[in-house]
Amino acid sequence: MTIIIFLIIIGILVAGAFLVGFIWSVKSGQYDDMYSPSVRVLFDEKIPEKKKNSLNPRK
Amino acid sequence: MGLKCIHCGEDCGKHPVMWDDKPFCCHGCKTVYQILNASEMEQYYEIQPMAGIRVEQADVGDKYAYLDLEEIREKLLDFSDGGVSKVSLFVPGIHCASCIWLLEHLNTLNPGIIHSNVNFPKKTASITFKDEQISLRQLVELMASIHYVPEITLDQLDKKEGTDANRDLLIKIGIAGFSLMNVMLYNFPEYLPGGEQLGETFTKVFGWLSFLLTLPVVFYSASDYYLSAFKGLKHKIVNIDVPITLGIFTLFVQSTYEIATAQGVGYMDSLVGLVFFLLVGKWYQGKTYQALSFERDYKSYFPVAVTKIVDGAEEIIPLSRLKENDHILIRNQELIPADSKLVKGTANIDYSFVTGESIPVPKRLDELIFAGGRQVGSSIEMVVEKEVEQSYLTQLWNQDSGKKETESGLYTMVNKVSEYFTAAILLVAFSAGIYWLFNDSSLALFAFTSVLIIACPCALALTIPFTFGSTMRAFGRKGFYIKNTEVIENLDKIDTVVFDKTGTITLNRSMKAKFIGDTLSEDELQMIKSLAANSSHPLSVAIKENIESEDLFEVENFQEIPAMGTSALINGKRINMGSRKFIMGKVDNDPNSTNVYIFIENKVAGYFSIENTYREGLAEIIDNLKNKYDLYLLSGDNESEKKNLAPIFGSEANLFFNQSPSDKMEFVKKLKKEGKKVLMIGDGLNDAGALLESDVGLTIADDIYSFSPACEGIIESSKFSGLFDFLKFTHSAMNVVKISFIISFLYNLIGLFFAVQGTLSPLIAAILMPISSVSVVAFATFSIQYLSRKKLS
Repeated sequence: MTIIIFLIIIGILVAGAFLVGFIWSVKSGQYDDMYSPSVRVLFDEKIPEKKKNSLNPRK
Repeated sequence: MGLKCIHCGEDCGKHPVMWDDKPFCCHGCKTVYQILNASEMEQYYEIQPMAGIRVEQADVGDKYAYLDLEEIREKLLDFSDGGVSKVSLFVPGIHCASCIWLLEHLNTLNPGIIHSNVNFPKKTASITFKDEQISLRQLVELMASIHYVPEITLDQLDKKEGTDANRDLLIKIGIAGFSLMNVMLYNFPEYLPGGEQLGETFTKVFGWLSFLLTLPVVFYSASDYYLSAFKGLKHKIVNIDVPITLGIFTLFVQSTYEIATAQGVGYMDSLVGLVFFLLVGKWYQGKTYQALSFERDYKSYFPVAVTKIVDGAEEIIPLSRLKENDHILIRNQELIPADSKLVKGTANIDYSFVTGESIPVPKRLDELIFAGGRQVGSSIEMVVEKEVEQSYLTQLWNQDSGKKETESGLYTMVNKVSEYFTAAILLVAFSAGIYWLFNDSSLALFAFTSVLIIACPCALALTIPFTFGSTMRAFGRKGFYIKNTEVIENLDKIDTVVFDKTGTITLNRSMKAKFIGDTLSEDELQMIKSLAANSSHPLSVAIKENIESEDLFEVENFQEIPAMGTSALINGKRINMGSRKFIMGKVDNDPNSTNVYIFIENKVAGYFSIENTYREGLAEIIDNLKNKYDLYLLSGDNESEKKNLAPIFGSEANLFFNQSPSDKMEFVKKLKKEGKKVLMIGDGLNDAGALLESDVGLTIADDIYSFSPACEGIIESSKFSGLFDFLKFTHSAMNVVKISFIISFLYNLIGLFFAVQGTLSPLIAAILMPISSVSVVAFATFSIQYLSRKKLS
């Protein structure tokens, strides 16, 4: 039965790791803006290469 | 309906600007499209169609020249190491996914920009850029050129953001949640049949583990409650946090005692759960509208820098360095930053934001012009009479600011309840303790602490956050934004409503123009419209909008004489339009109305009588409000509209005209002295004093993100007709609070029944406390949601 104590300690360590992760995520500002990441992820990464000084409309 | 502008979605009218086979409403929108097109950024239009912003005046000129000033630049930048700088700009135009995309791809437009990041709820963009390739001024001008005009104000310069309270709260909730899950696990065996047969080692280990995990909750997560209770007691007020603090400490001491003496695992789970629920409630209530500012003062309205003339040369200086007797230059559309005397040029001051009146007022040389007005027309030169801080309007603003903060929160209903509540539980606790002292002294202390534990007003404390938090959200969905949840309770107590006239109950930008005089032919009407279309003067705009002629004639020799009128040749005919003095050479003899005279070819044809239009549904709202509230109207204008307003308000007795800003403030002060609870509804700087003085100040705004004076709430102008419903709804919200109070008292009675007998087991506490909290929260949230769907349209 004493194995339970061992399990509990592991449990606390695992949960504690998540707690530390959570605190880090809050502190690094991940909860400041709950909207823009949800749309940002959908943007296409590729931006067509810039043609310098071309002001002609692309057809 | 014509074509819709590809950029902003506005109706293009009869003559769309075409480019690349696409219709645009104006050249401004087309230019943005061209800029984006040149950089192959059409994706902007694909993410969200017609996402663009229409800007009336695209040409910024020297407007941002002050950003080249080292001392302003330094204050604005978050960070700068000489080569790379970072700046956070407030961009009120941010509204959709396309905005985020474009602002985060600014580097495509200018390679000097390294990185940009948008914070959507705050509507800010933080941008890192290379100083060598792009200056701060160029950056801001770039953003303005694609119509994302950053708003840079004085108060942004003065204060940098402090620590984020929301982050702290989240961390506190996280820690409490972590402890709760674990502690519940350790206490669980105790609640099961046979749990008491658990070996002594386990009880000990579980007990001490719970104790350890509870420590950060008691001393960190819950710390705000002790602080608030302490503050309350210092002001001799027993607020809701006093019994909470009492409960938390009793729980903690009692449980620690039980653990230390190896009697059991104590009530740690109830304690942690209690704190967790309370914090979640606080978080729910604390959701605010980050991009809206309710605290703005004159500093966010006035410009950051002014052009000063020193020995004939122009120099740009920060506003803070502006001194008395300085010679300043004010250009078209610039704000007058301080009370000054006109020394050169023709001043035509638009006080629309100060008074709500949109017709510019002409000023003569040597006349004193109050700060806050906007020059319309050519540049003028002025000599500063009073420094910014001492100017008439800013003084009014500074007078009482801060006063409300100290007063608020002291007399709320929950505090009154908690006063009696605390007294009652202390009485019950002591009676139970004394009773057991004589009957079974071993139970005396336990009964005493049990009462304090079970009576801890968790459910009571959660009622307000969840009821008002839900109400606030419901209001926000309907276009009524309030500063915090206290406003709801204050709104319910209101018995007097004071309206400002101009801009509040009349519309700023739309006026009725009625022609009085000869009958005009189609051609003549069209001529008048063509002339009016050439001027941006509000009266011209009003006339233009009131003539239903489709096409416009070509206008030659157009001339606009400030404060007088306009004249031009159309189809070879001379046409003049303007004041009576301009047309007839005589001064207007009726100061109580606004007339625009028309001269065509060789005779005076007549005049347009311009009248304000009232907000839609005004009569109905006033009618509804009349039965429940005392209504007053304050106006800085003359009495010309008394006859129109009297029937709406029912009597003339409560209509006051020719009120100066300080008159308005004194008036509200007087009403408050009479014991009235005053709701002030205004919109401009001249109401700022009265808004501050009132119990609840609301402003009406066409654009909620634009500047509004310090207030408790902002209501979208299109939602004005719902005002009565909002006020009525606060009453329903208060009823929900009262019912929730009764429910939580019932739970307390059940708990006390066990506690006074000295039979309160950890199991009962562990069941009763969460159930009471959850049921109260559910009741409050769902009933508000149901009611808001039914009552708010």
